[in-house]
Amino acid sequence: MLVTLVILFAVLAALPWLGALGVKGYVLSFATRMMIFAIAAVSLDFILGFGGLVSFGHAAYMGIGAYAAGILVAEGQEDALLGLAVALLVAAGFAAATGAVAMRTKGVAFIMITLAFGQMAYFVANALSEYGGSDGLTLWTRSTVFGQKLLKSETVFYYVVLGCLVACTALVLALTGSRFGRALRASRENPARVAALGYDVDRIRLAAYVVSAMLCAVAGFLLANQSSFVSPGVMSWQRSGELIVMVVLGGMGTVAGAIVGAFAFLLLEELLSLVTVHWKLVFGPFLVLVVLLGRGGLMGFLRGGGRG
Amino acid sequence: MSTLLIVQTLNGLQFGLMLFLVAAGLTLVFGVMDFINLAHGVQYMLGAYLMALFAGLTGSFGLGLLLALPAALACGLLLEALVFRRLYGRDHLDQVLATFGIILFLNEGVKVAFGAAPLSVPMPDWLSGSFRIADGLLYPVDRLAIIAAGLGTALLLWIVVERTRFGMLVRAGATNAPMVSALGVDVQRLFMLVAGFGAMLAGFAGAMVSPILSVEPGMGDGVLILAFVVIVIGGIGSVRGAFIGALVVGLADTLGRSFGTDLLKAALGASAATRVGPALASMLIYIVMAAVLFFRPAGLFPARGRA
Repeated sequence: MLVTLVILFAVLAALPWLGALGVKGYVLSFATRMMIFAIAAVSLDFILGFGGLVSFGHAAYMGIGAYAAGILVAEGQEDALLGLAVALLVAAGFAAATGAVAMRTKGVAFIMITLAFGQMAYFVANALSEYGGSDGLTLWTRSTVFGQKLLKSETVFYYVVLGCLVACTALVLALTGSRFGRALRASRENPARVAALGYDVDRIRLAAYVVSAMLCAVAGFLLANQSSFVSPGVMSWQRSGELIVMVVLGGMGTVAGAIVGAFAFLLLEELLSLVTVHWKLVFGPFLVLVVLLGRGGLMGFLRGGGRG
Repeated sequence: MSTLLIVQTLNGLQFGLMLFLVAAGLTLVFGVMDFINLAHGVQYMLGAYLMALFAGLTGSFGLGLLLALPAALACGLLLEALVFRRLYGRDHLDQVLATFGIILFLNEGVKVAFGAAPLSVPMPDWLSGSFRIADGLLYPVDRLAIIAAGLGTALLLWIVVERTRFGMLVRAGATNAPMVSALGVDVQRLFMLVAGFGAMLAGFAGAMVSPILSVEPGMGDGVLILAFVVIVIGGIGSVRGAFIGALVVGLADTLGRSFGTDLLKAALGASAATRVGPALASMLIYIVMAAVLFFRPAGLFPARGRA
């Protein structure tokens, strides 16, 4: 799996150098978008794949990151580090408060209670009439770094996003391998046994939930900067659903799977829509076939054989 | 004010009963087969499209409904045979991924077949006009008809689930499906029937509302989420829970939107209330759901033996 990741990151790092071979700005900005969603998918996979916590409201954290960028720029505070700090703090606060409530439930009730909190955030965003309300908010500039407009260049922004993706992946890999991560993974299989070993399962899960929310807010912050636009649509339940689909499509509980799933989802969407406007007629059955013919998503196929 | 209250209560009742028709199938499929069927919302949409198709072909609302119902049943059985059957016993998230694929396919499919523009189903003459409930209180007949049809179907469903042998097997299945199978019941056939008739109920709801809403691709997506809210409030696998949950959601949503802002004005003052009111009204059902799940994670009326 580490090999897959290294190859993936190497290809991504080389992509802007292929300019001479005809890689256009469009490809670069699309690849940036794919990596941003990959960060969000990795963050969700951390709790969904490793912790068994299916959050159906994760888009809310993407939205919190995106609105942190948008509102601060609208208020004349363009510094990226300040924006990122606000995004992380607000996401952590919202995740700690709602997560503490959600940890009381499990299974389908957990899915639905996270949906409920996600929808609440969505309707709050709709009510922010000073910041565009349901129409959304245009960022008149990208965030700056120490007053320098570094992120204005698409290539620099591309590498910043790639750096964030590599950092998030490394963090999640390190966490899942740590004592904390092992306890989290074990609690997915058998919470009672983990509790009997002396771990506070709810606290471990809550900590993981908060970390995951903060990583997802980073993705949202980058997304708002890339598209120069935020709207409540970033937080809709459809977006939360898409994040789950990306993780499951790639293969739950493998960091590479989350990245592959996000890439495959967006790439297929883009390529198929070049062929036909009715691309969903092909994409829908493709998803059904991935489930029926294999187990463990696309990574299951990569690992060989499909049926595991 | 009181007339408006009565009208909005009736609207909430109508919305709730329509949600019940969708949620009943969803809760049984979930309860009996342990199957998360995201495609249940598109079956509601299919019902509306089939109604538009057959009402257009026959020129009659009644005949259209008569043809749309078996067609919706056939669609449900076909989906069950082609896809659902292979997903029972799989991980819930695999079911989510596959049925999400079905949503994409069918939403796009109706766009190709019927066009992206919304269709409208003409209201038959005998359902047009208004009914005088009291002095100065008129209510559209079509909405009363939907309320009557919803209540009638709920009653019929109650009789089937509580008083027939088939219903007994469904209830037993919702409590412990492997045990029902071990007792020698053809579970495969039971699953097929539950999925088929669940789809037909959702299709019936879609057909009934087709004259008052626009029939368009994606119209089932929002309803699907609301139906999930209903079944977790009511308790998964319980038809009674779905009924109560649907009425709670229908009434809370409708009344919250009509009176929430006015009620808040008393507490917060006019300007704050007009800002907060609409957002809070939209959130109301989710606040209710979060509260129910917090205090009773299994819902209000969990199927016996499930809690």
